Amino acid sequence: MPAMNMIQALRSAMDIMLERDPDVLVFGEDVGFFGGVFRCTEGLQQKYGKRRVFDSPIAEAGIVATAVGMGAYGLRPVVEIQFADYIYPATDQLISEAARLRYRSAGDFTAPLTVRAPYGGGIFGGQTHSQSPEAIFTHVAGLKTVIPSTPYDAKGLLIAAIEDDDPVMFFEPKRIYNGPFDGHHERPVTPWAKHPASDVPDGYYTIPLGQANVVRPGDAVTVLAYGTMVHVALAAAEDSGVDAEVIDLRTLNPLDLDTIVDSVKKTGRCVVVHEATRIGGFGGELSAVVQEHCFYHLEAPVQRVTGWDTPYPHAFEWEYFPGPKRVAEALRQAVEA
Amino acid sequence: MKNEMPLALHIPEPKFRPGDHPDFSDMRLPAAGAAPRPDTHANARDTHPLVYDLIRVLDEAGQAVGPWNPKLDPETLKRGLRYMVLTRIYDDRMQRAQRQGKTSFYMTCTGEEAIGVAQAMALDRADMCFPTYRQQGLLIARDWSLVDMMCQIYSNSRDRLKGRQLPVMYSSKEAGFFSISGNLGTQFPQAVGWAMASAYKGDHRIAAAWIGDGSTSEGDFHHALTFAGVYRAPVILNIVNNQWAISSFQGFAGGELTTFAARAVGFGLPGLRVDGNDFLAVYAATEWAAERARANLGPTLIELFTYRASAHSTSDDPSRYRPADESKCWPLGDPVERLRRHLTALGAWTDAEHEALVEELTQSVRAANKEAESYGTLGTGPTVSASTMFEDVFKEMPPHLRRQRQQTGV
Ligand SMILES: Cc1ncc(C[n+]2csc(CCOP(=O)(O)OP(=O)(O)O)c2C)c(N)n1
Repeated sequence: MPAMNMIQALRSAMDIMLERDPDVLVFGEDVGFFGGVFRCTEGLQQKYGKRRVFDSPIAEAGIVATAVGMGAYGLRPVVEIQFADYIYPATDQLISEAARLRYRSAGDFTAPLTVRAPYGGGIFGGQTHSQSPEAIFTHVAGLKTVIPSTPYDAKGLLIAAIEDDDPVMFFEPKRIYNGPFDGHHERPVTPWAKHPASDVPDGYYTIPLGQANVVRPGDAVTVLAYGTMVHVALAAAEDSGVDAEVIDLRTLNPLDLDTIVDSVKKTGRCVVVHEATRIGGFGGELSAVVQEHCFYHLEAPVQRVTGWDTPYPHAFEWEYFPGPKRVAEALRQAVEA
Repeated sequence: MKNEMPLALHIPEPKFRPGDHPDFSDMRLPAAGAAPRPDTHANARDTHPLVYDLIRVLDEAGQAVGPWNPKLDPETLKRGLRYMVLTRIYDDRMQRAQRQGKTSFYMTCTGEEAIGVAQAMALDRADMCFPTYRQQGLLIARDWSLVDMMCQIYSNSRDRLKGRQLPVMYSSKEAGFFSISGNLGTQFPQAVGWAMASAYKGDHRIAAAWIGDGSTSEGDFHHALTFAGVYRAPVILNIVNNQWAISSFQGFAGGELTTFAARAVGFGLPGLRVDGNDFLAVYAATEWAAERARANLGPTLIELFTYRASAHSTSDDPSRYRPADESKCWPLGDPVERLRRHLTALGAWTDAEHEALVEELTQSVRAANKEAESYGTLGTGPTVSASTMFEDVFKEMPPHLRRQRQQTGV
């Protein structure tokens, strides 16, 4: 099986879907000739022609709106928003239109589009290239939200997202596009090539939306994480020596409640980790869900480790970022409580 | 150098307010038949004088004149008249139903009937329409069931939208009528996307979209023009300039500075400004744009110059912000009366026939309404089961919605 980094795995997913389904189109800013600023779509226009893979005007609302119209016609557009930070101009089309089209037309019209957007910090992108807006979209009825943490998952989940008949927000952790992150920014970045999750089959496979993955079994505490933070959580478990069970949620909506509840009932403790700001973040939802379903099994309060409630500061990225030290501290607190 | 002049802000103001006598005599109205008709394969630039002009076919005497005359046979004209009259009677009936408390809300298209009806007739039945809430004439001219429309308004047991949408926000894929959104302008770029998809698939169908003068200020309007132009989407982009956006006159959308059709110029699109109360002019312009789109020559922007004769909606009282008789003074008249006069001038229509038509359609709307009411009205039932509320959020119902459905106990 070839080793792929996440970018290659995502490209492979789009390649396969372009090949399999003539109704799949890929477009967005710079994705055609150039292959996207992160090169995710590199070579696809050459292979499939500019009718199927093309550049768009710099108008995120226009990109999503036309994708909604294409979806209503019966196509499956896959659009790229260059950075998740630039998704805000398109929010009305996502929240009021794509999310509700099936509902308001009682199934008459649907919007089976996939919106890919690199999110999160770790590349010193400043406030406007580092945000994690996932919670905004998990709050919207009718949208699915997916965030992979490995090349293997990225490919399987993206294929599933493209095949899904509902609109899917697909956030790509750009910090781990090229290699896993052990959370220690002072250490050199390791390439995905040496990581088992970079063994990615060439062909078609899917990972169903709505199924979490237990990436590290343990008995002392459950860690709920997604995207880049899965790697941080794994590092924290190693560093702290706490026997943590790390769950990669993979899909935030629909959420795999059973896997979460089973694990927390077993460990009796839970730490939630995400990179987005804390207030109103997805961690609040996770904490609430654990409290609702596992209250009598809990032996400690649910802890949240998140980004601070400030914009992402360029020069203080590593102070902002919830690294393994902060997560390890929370793990210790959880088990000692 | 010192600038002595204090700066001042311009706040647009309509010409007339309640109590004023509306006088439109200084309005520049080009004569019927005067506007040239470029070939449908003409360059976008060749249409640009037309964005400041006004395409008119029906003259004061009810004669069809000039190069834009679509030369429709009397049978087609009578069909157009019939749909327009039906639309007006339907609006009247539904407006009264709202007053009687049978539904929460209604919006008429009084004075704008030529738009929905003539455009539906000039388009192919398979073309996809992305309307606003004021193009019920599209459905009516496509012979869509009035009972079906009324059931939506009553949110009753036969409401195909299962009580989820505000009254008048119809949706019918079968009728080529896209689900109406309450968020203004959003349908405009979606229509462009649909048209792009149709072109991508090598289909024959084109798309048409409608937006109000007020809503052209929304970003989505500009995105639609950009994408339509860039990809030469086979779409007709219609701006219905009915002079008013609730209480704000069209000057607040930039209408004091230029025409709405002139928005085409900066995007390199062909643009037409059309007398929206002239059935024949609306028909001809739509036919022109459709022919262009079908020939892979891309989009056309059309401004339909009209007047919203009645209230914005049942929640609105226009006499609070404009003279009560302003609509009667509107120099372009009433679209229904103008087509009727034309048919009469052709010797193809009599007053007796008109009266009989009104009577017949009044009866059929009454019968349709009776049937629709038998399936329920808002608040008095019957309705679809409330458990359907959880359907269609996603294609498959996820576990959390199943749990919530159980909790409601319905
Ligand atoms: C995005 C958005 N903003 C505001 C409104 C409230 N609203 C509903 S209709 C309307 C006026 C629209 O005027 P216009 O586009 O000229 O259409 P008309 O009603 O005249 O046909 C407004 C402001 C809305 N529905 N959506």
